[in-house]
Amino acid sequence: MTVQIPRPAEKAKGRARTTPPPPPGRNRKAQGSAGALPYLLLLPALVLTAVLLGWPLIKNGVLSFQQLGMKELIQHLTVWNGVDNYADALGGEDFWRVTLRTIVFTAVNVALIMLLGTLVGLLLARLGRKMRLTLLMALVLAWAMPIIAATTVYQWLFAERYGVVNWILDKLGWHSMADYSWTSSQFSTFFVITVMLVWTSVPFVAINLYAATTTIARELYEAAGLDGAGAWRTFTSVTFPFIRPFLLATTFLEIIWIFKAFPHVYAINGGGPDRLTETLPVYAFVEGVGNQHYGMGAAISVLTILVLMGLTSYYIRLLMKQEREDS
Amino acid sequence: MRRSLFGRFWPNATAVVLFVIFLFPVYWMFATSLKPTGDIISEDPVWFPLDPTFEHYRTAFDADNFWNFWKNSLTVTLLAVGFSLLVALLASFAIARMRFRGRTGLILVFMFAQMAPWEVMVISVYMLVRDADMLNSLVPLTLFYTVMVLPLTILTLRNFVAAVPKDLEEAAMVDGATRVQAFRKVIFPLLAPGLMATSLFGFITAWNEFPMVLVLNKEAEAQTLPLWLSQFQTQFGDDWGATMAAASLFALPILLLFLYLQRKVTAGLTAGAVKG
Repeated sequence: MTVQIPRPAEKAKGRARTTPPPPPGRNRKAQGSAGALPYLLLLPALVLTAVLLGWPLIKNGVLSFQQLGMKELIQHLTVWNGVDNYADALGGEDFWRVTLRTIVFTAVNVALIMLLGTLVGLLLARLGRKMRLTLLMALVLAWAMPIIAATTVYQWLFAERYGVVNWILDKLGWHSMADYSWTSSQFSTFFVITVMLVWTSVPFVAINLYAATTTIARELYEAAGLDGAGAWRTFTSVTFPFIRPFLLATTFLEIIWIFKAFPHVYAINGGGPDRLTETLPVYAFVEGVGNQHYGMGAAISVLTILVLMGLTSYYIRLLMKQEREDS
Repeated sequence: MRRSLFGRFWPNATAVVLFVIFLFPVYWMFATSLKPTGDIISEDPVWFPLDPTFEHYRTAFDADNFWNFWKNSLTVTLLAVGFSLLVALLASFAIARMRFRGRTGLILVFMFAQMAPWEVMVISVYMLVRDADMLNSLVPLTLFYTVMVLPLTILTLRNFVAAVPKDLEEAAMVDGATRVQAFRKVIFPLLAPGLMATSLFGFITAWNEFPMVLVLNKEAEAQTLPLWLSQFQTQFGDDWGATMAAASLFALPILLLFLYLQRKVTAGLTAGAVKG
């Protein structure tokens, strides 16, 4: 992704003082006829992707037109049932309810993550060196926390009895929260999942954004200051245009990651209570693997891929345009 | 003067609050893992393990197949990260440095590959691996994790490669270095922060992967740490001390690695970034 462009660019420039600042790398034209070399270099990546990603994708598409349960799986039977799986999924209420829930879930989380991540990133840029390193350390630790370890810790933080969150809420005056079971309702389960996702995701956005702001030339701010621009004006006309591509790229990645978030949702409460916190990936997994409707699960996963492509189509179009212009 | 004092106070105060918020869950995990059970189940939380004990860690160590899970996780993660870096380095050179027919199309392929919802494709993956008679093996896991982290690795690395001035390589070759020497001595050191950053992403993805190993490897001998922790929790769920000790053991290597590498990556990028 374009997230990291300025880091190495600036670094390389810093080291290679003898050369004049080169134009952005990918616009250079020097390499006209590279012959077969680029294809050779790309071959391993393409073969791996085609075999290990392409094949399961195709297989998944094929399975979605089959009636595939435990019996068929064990006996290696192939029973075609046309578009029945799709008709069932699209005809039922569940799929649409889960899709809507997933979109709202993704939107809320990505909005929170981008907003808080940007604010923390800008804060990092304003801090002194020591304070910044201190905060960076905490951010990096939250970021690196393995998901299953994080869900375990959050279950402990939000535990009904002896959980520190309930204790604090009780002390703050919400005595009804003293023995509150967070996984007993849809809303509170989603709340815990959201807190956890925001906690693990904000650092990535914040650190990337901070790295982006460090590459903005000081002179631009000095010029803005001379022109009498206030803090807000400086932000909108100097900082923002510069970090815009980063925000776009990070938003795109976060949409994908939040939409696909599986272990976070699954491990907290198995999609419960009453399957009310199942998002599309969890729904596909529970229907397909858990309830052994493998063909149905495959159909739902094809639909999941389509929904995700729909959600990201705007950004993909933008990138396509950009790549074309570059080449 | 007043203004600048004011201007320093709020950012610092906010930073302290954020520091506590982001660190607390990690701290609470380690703190709980060291507290005697009596301190864990107390009406008022014990904020600091004054009376540390390693009994919970012993419970975790004594769990079945403990070392196996470790060995498997490390093997799979290191191999997957290594393979994907190698493959991605070649690919990113082609994409960043060369013009060729189909380049845009290829970049799009990797964009889409980045979106692959592996979590929902486990059924087809399971059937393919089963038909190849490779269930309960680390080989398919390694290969799939390689491909899982490959797209982001390629797309990130190409930016780092694009940023290394081509003249540097040529200058080295004019000075008598071979192409390979030029790469090793000049280009590679410049790419180091990029390689570290991308290997961090790869490491955390592979170290974390849960649904695929859950479906593919039913036998404990071939399982990895995320499964160990989730099973451990099912078994010891009420024993928060033991569960937190297990979570700490699982998280610790990656926390340390991140802290270590991130410092280098940030140091590199801020040092170079100040001068525009």
